[in-house]
Amino acid sequence: MALSYLRSSSSRSANLLRPLSSAASLRRPISTDTTPITIETSVPFTSHQCEAPSRSVETNPSELLTFFRDMALMRRMEIAADSLYKAKLIRGFCHLYDGQEAVAVGMEAAITKKDCIITAYRDHCTFVGRGGTLLEVFAELMGRQAGCSKGKGGSMHFYKKDSNFYGGHGIVGAQVPLGCGLAFAQKYSKDESVTFALYGDGAANQGQLFEALNISALWDLPAILVCENNHYGMGTAEWRAAKSPAYYKRGDYVPGLKVDGMDALAVKQACKFAKEHALKNGPIILEMDTYRYHGHSMSDPGSTYRTRDEISGVRQERDPIERVRKLILSHDLATEKELKDIEKEVRKEVDDAIAQAKESPMPEPSELFSNVYAKGLGAESFGADRKELRATLA
Amino acid sequence: MAAIFQGVGAAATLSSSPSNSFVPKKFLTSPRRSFSVRKVPSYVVVRSDGSVNFDLNSKSRRAQQLVANAVATKADSSAASSSSNPGHELLLFEALREGLEEEMERDPRVCVMGEDVGHYGGSYKVTKDLAKKFGDLRVLDTPIAENSFTGMGIGAAMTGLRPVVEGMNMGFLLLAFNQISNNCGMLHYTSGGQFTIPIVIRGPGGVGRQLGAEHSQRLESYFQSIPGIQMVACSTPYNAKGLMKAAIRSENPVILFEHVLLYNLKERIPDEDYICNLEEAEMVRPGEHVTILTYSRMRYHVMQAAKTLVNKGYDPEVIDIRSLKPFDLYTIGNSVKKTHRVLIVEECMRTGGIGASLTAAITENFNDYLDAPIMCLSSQDVPTPYAGTLEEWTVVQPAQIVTAVEQLCR
Repeated sequence: MALSYLRSSSSRSANLLRPLSSAASLRRPISTDTTPITIETSVPFTSHQCEAPSRSVETNPSELLTFFRDMALMRRMEIAADSLYKAKLIRGFCHLYDGQEAVAVGMEAAITKKDCIITAYRDHCTFVGRGGTLLEVFAELMGRQAGCSKGKGGSMHFYKKDSNFYGGHGIVGAQVPLGCGLAFAQKYSKDESVTFALYGDGAANQGQLFEALNISALWDLPAILVCENNHYGMGTAEWRAAKSPAYYKRGDYVPGLKVDGMDALAVKQACKFAKEHALKNGPIILEMDTYRYHGHSMSDPGSTYRTRDEISGVRQERDPIERVRKLILSHDLATEKELKDIEKEVRKEVDDAIAQAKESPMPEPSELFSNVYAKGLGAESFGADRKELRATLA
Repeated sequence: MAAIFQGVGAAATLSSSPSNSFVPKKFLTSPRRSFSVRKVPSYVVVRSDGSVNFDLNSKSRRAQQLVANAVATKADSSAASSSSNPGHELLLFEALREGLEEEMERDPRVCVMGEDVGHYGGSYKVTKDLAKKFGDLRVLDTPIAENSFTGMGIGAAMTGLRPVVEGMNMGFLLLAFNQISNNCGMLHYTSGGQFTIPIVIRGPGGVGRQLGAEHSQRLESYFQSIPGIQMVACSTPYNAKGLMKAAIRSENPVILFEHVLLYNLKERIPDEDYICNLEEAEMVRPGEHVTILTYSRMRYHVMQAAKTLVNKGYDPEVIDIRSLKPFDLYTIGNSVKKTHRVLIVEECMRTGGIGASLTAAITENFNDYLDAPIMCLSSQDVPTPYAGTLEEWTVVQPAQIVTAVEQLCR
C-alpha cells in the first residue's frame, strides 16, 4: 500500500512510497510508484504507409523520474566531456549528444537488453542507456585501460556486447547495413527481438542505407531504422543535402513514422510501436525530430551554419529534460528541490567517475598487438621497437 | 630541351618557369636552402626528362655547405628566396587553397566537389571563401555520398570538366573505391584512349592526433595497384601548391595525399606562378652515407633524426619521394648508386605499403649497387589505437630511424 509522508512544507499525494528510515530527509527519495499515468505527447505522430500510434502514452511516476535522472546524467556527462576535451584530456574527435538525450532514454524504456542497438559516432549516451558505466565512458574517452574498448577505440568506438550495444562507428552510414545484419541474425535465431539501427540526417543520403533497407524489406527482417534528424550534417543543413527531408518517407515501400525526438514519452511510444510492427511486418523507419546544442564535434563551433538564437530557442522551448521536469512538477511527483538534488547527485557521480577514470593507467605497450586477431590462429605480430621482437599469438 | 641556369641567386629564375610549360624544370634542391649559402656560381643543366647534371666540383661543396641546414624547419624565413623576390609566407592549407584558386581562375572548367567545401569553407579550410568567389556551381557542397559524388566527378571529367573531388578524410574514399579503381583508373584504357579523366581526388589522410582507427588510414597503400592513376603526396607548402596545380593541369587522374598533421606548416613560397613535377622526387638533404626515402609527414621525423645522425657523424641523403605512383626511380637510382644503402621510412603499414613496393622496385633495378639489404620502417600492421601512447608506438619515431641508420651503416 502506498504510504503518505508529510514533508516540511507540502503534503505529498498518497501514491508516493517513501523510505521510512530517519535519515530519509538526507537521502534522495526514490519513487518506485508504478501507478499508471497517461500523458499526451505534445506533437502528434505523422505516419507513412502505416497507422500512427495513439498520442496517449502510458507511463508512471517511477519511469518519469528515471527519465529525468538518466537524461540529467547524460547531459552532465556530455558537458563534462566538453570540459575534458578543452583540457586536452580527451583528444581527436568527440561528438556530443546533449539535446538528443530523449531519443536514447525513450528508446530504452520501450525495449529490453535482448534487442540490439547500433549507432554512429555520437554514441556516449546511447552506451550509457544500454548499461555502460560512467567510468567506462570517461576512461575510454581519455584512452585508459578501464575504458569499454580498453582505450583502443576512443569516442567513436564504444561497444557493449553483453547488453547488445553494437557501437560506435566512425564512417557515416556504415552502421546501417551492420544493423540490418543484426536483424537478420535475430530472425535467423528466432528470438523475437529487434534491432534499432540509428543514423543521422546526413547519413540518410548514403546509398548503402537504401540497399540495406531493400534487402531487409525483401527478407522481412526485424530492423528498425531510426533517423536522428538533428537537421545538420556537420555544417550542411538538411534542406541543402536532401531533396526530400521527410526522412520517414524515404523508405517508400517501408512504412515510416515521424516522432518528436525531444519528447521522451513520444520516443518510447514510437519505439514500442515500431518493435511490434517489425516483429510482424518487417522493417520500419522512425524519424526522430531532435536537435544538438553542440556543434558537430568539438572542433566545430556549431555557430557558423546556424544562429545562436536558433540554438537557444530550441533549448528554451523543446529541451527534453525541462519537458520532463515540467511534467513531474505539474503532476506533483516530486518537488523542485528533489529534482535539484537529483541533479546535484548526478553531478557528483560524474565528477567521481572522472576522478576514477583519471586514476586508470594508460594501456600497456603489448596492447598495441593484442586483439588484432582472435587468439589461437598462430598469427604473428612485430614488436614496437622493431628489434626482432615477435609475439606469436599461440 | 635542356635549360642552363646560373647557380647564384637562382631562386627567382628557378620558379619563373614559363607558365604554359607543363613540366617545369624544378631543381631537386629546395631553392631556399641551397642557394642562400652558395658563394661560388656553378652551372646546372636540367633536362626535359627531369634529369639533372650537376657540376661535379660543386656537389661536394654543396653537401658541406648544407650540413648546417640539415633540418627542414617549419619557418625557414631567414633562408628565404633571394632578395629579388621575397615571396610570401603562408600555411600549408593556405598554399593548397592558393593553388586551387589560381587554377580555378585560370580555367573555368575546374570545379570543386566535396562535403562541406562550400558554405562551411572546408573542414580543414582548404576551400575557405572559394564558394563566395566562384559560386555554388563551381564549389559544390555534396551530401554525404562519397561513392556517388566521386562517380559523378569522374563522369563530369569524361566530358572535359576538371573536377577536384575532396574526401573529407581519405578514409571516406574507401566508399568510392569502385569508382576510383574501375572508372577513374581504367576508362582511358578500356575506351581505347577516347576518354581522359582529368580529375584530382584529394584529401587528408594519415595518422593524426588520436583520431581513432577509421580516421587514421593511409590509402596510398590500397590505391597503389590501380593502373591508370597517379598518386602524389605533398609535404611542404611549396610542394603542396605546386602539386595541386600540376595535378589539376594533368590530363591523368591524380590522387593528392595530404596529411592531417601538416596543414599548419608555415613556409615562404614564391609569388610567381610555379608548379611541381608530378613524377619527380625532392632532394631534401644531399648526403653520402645512406639514402633515406620518405614522404609526407615522415619527412619531418626523418629530418629530426637527421639532426641526431649528423651529430653522430653520419651524412644521410634524404629524398622526399613525393610521387608515390610512379616512383621517380631516376632520382632514387642515382642516390642508391652514390650511397649504396637504402632506408625507407613511411607511414603506411608494413604489409603491402608504399615501402614494400619501393623495396621491390629498388631491389629489382639497383640490386648490384646495394651494399646492404634495404631497410623499411613502416607503421605497425594494426588498426590505429586511440590511446596516445599506443598511437605513438604505431608510427615510426625519429629514435627508431637513428637506430636503423646505425644498423645499416655498420
